[in-house]
Amino acid sequence: MSGSVVYLILAINSVEVDWFRVYEGLERGWRFIQGFLTPDFSSRWQDIQIGLIESLTMTLTSTVAGVLVSVPIGIGAARNLAPAPVYMFCRSIITLSRSFQEIIIAILLVSMFGFGPFAGFLTLTFASIGFLSKLLAEDIEDCDSAQIDAIRASGARWWQVVNYAVQPQVMPRLIGLSLYRLDINFRESSVIGIVGAGGVGATLNTAIDRYEYDSAGAILIIIIAIVLVVEYSSSYIRRWVQ
Amino acid sequence: MISGADTQIWQFRTPKQHILRWLGWFWLVALTVFCWNLMTEDTIWAFVADAPRQASDIGGRMLPPRWGYLNQLWQPLWDTLNIATLGTLIGVIIAIPVAFLAAGNTTPSRYFVRPVALLIIVTSRSINSLIWALLLVAIIGPGLLAGIIAIGLRSIGFVAKLLYEAIEEIDEKQVEAIRATGASGAQIIDYAIIPQILPAFWGISVFRWDINIRESTILGLVGAGGLGLQLQSSLSTLAWNQVTVIFLVILATVIVSEWVSAKVRQAVL
Repeated sequence: MSGSVVYLILAINSVEVDWFRVYEGLERGWRFIQGFLTPDFSSRWQDIQIGLIESLTMTLTSTVAGVLVSVPIGIGAARNLAPAPVYMFCRSIITLSRSFQEIIIAILLVSMFGFGPFAGFLTLTFASIGFLSKLLAEDIEDCDSAQIDAIRASGARWWQVVNYAVQPQVMPRLIGLSLYRLDINFRESSVIGIVGAGGVGATLNTAIDRYEYDSAGAILIIIIAIVLVVEYSSSYIRRWVQ
Repeated sequence: MISGADTQIWQFRTPKQHILRWLGWFWLVALTVFCWNLMTEDTIWAFVADAPRQASDIGGRMLPPRWGYLNQLWQPLWDTLNIATLGTLIGVIIAIPVAFLAAGNTTPSRYFVRPVALLIIVTSRSINSLIWALLLVAIIGPGLLAGIIAIGLRSIGFVAKLLYEAIEEIDEKQVEAIRATGASGAQIIDYAIIPQILPAFWGISVFRWDINIRESTILGLVGAGGLGLQLQSSLSTLAWNQVTVIFLVILATVIVSEWVSAKVRQAVL
């Protein structure tokens, strides 16, 4: 307990605050709140539209690509289906993909592939792979082994076991996870634009840099609205599938 | 003898289901292809084709890491930890009342207060902490304070959402038992609700702290202090061998914080 008090005092003391700057900023903060309440959708609509289209297309394509790549990796990372070397290999891909933030991956990929949504697509795909394969592999490991044994006892080959015993059990979960990842990918696609990977984040960054708080407010409202729509429709579809 | 023509062969799905499923997949593929074309309209494929060469070039510059740079990273690392911890603290302190106002069984008014609390949660959750930081740096200037507030604002929604779900799942019998003794509203919360949600509360807070450590490592990219600030300056001077060192420090921090949070959650749950 006393340790945490000491830490708090040390931590708070190491935060240097320029109170005069903060005081000056309050007026700007008030302008931002006003901008948020009276958003200006029209004057930068062209830029907002381009950013949104980039974000949305990036979200869908990267989720689809992510699912396509994750399925084999997820099967490879399930202990009850894969031999040890394959298991180790797939698990290390998952760890690699999960340990770095989207932003850091985006920085690297932008410097390799150039600016624009293609780098963003690759970033989101890479991040989706870690997330989806890990959860898919855990789900496959939790499968009812009686069904796997039954199919195997009928003389099925490995591929047939996957198709007839495992796939029907994990399919609803896989669809649910993909929709959840679609939701996450949209949120992330509105951020990675800050480092040049396309999407509405770049538009937002520009609007804030130009102190156009009414346009920034409009973009934030659009992001919040789309996140809400995606979240509710994906949770609705998930309930319907499961 | 039964002839093959008039026996019905058992099928897993009816023809109608078959067509609907087929159409569903067809639309998904068509939409994906459409999005792909739209997205790659302006892509310069020469840059993409050039990527392996770029990758090996950057890889060559990243290695060997410039270990001497590590000495300049201790202060930013300390700042990063402070941003995450103080930010989580602020977020949790604000999230507790919001969660009680948002939970269906503790909210004072279902039609007025609850929607406001839910709106706060949604706004905080939909906006990434990097965007919060971007805004706050523009408003109150660059520095640790912007980062701390950004992390705090983002944490409110996350903690409050999980906490109010935990409050809604409590055992109502205990609440009734305490109420039957003539306890006031505050006493009901204190004796019937808090003991039931306390383990969930610690679990959620530590979980968020772990996420915040990850996020605070990059907030500096937009000027909010910490390791990200060093990352930004190394990137803009193309000092890739310093970038490697920063990546390794971030990786180590993330692994340690994940380990700590797993230990704490094991202890409380």
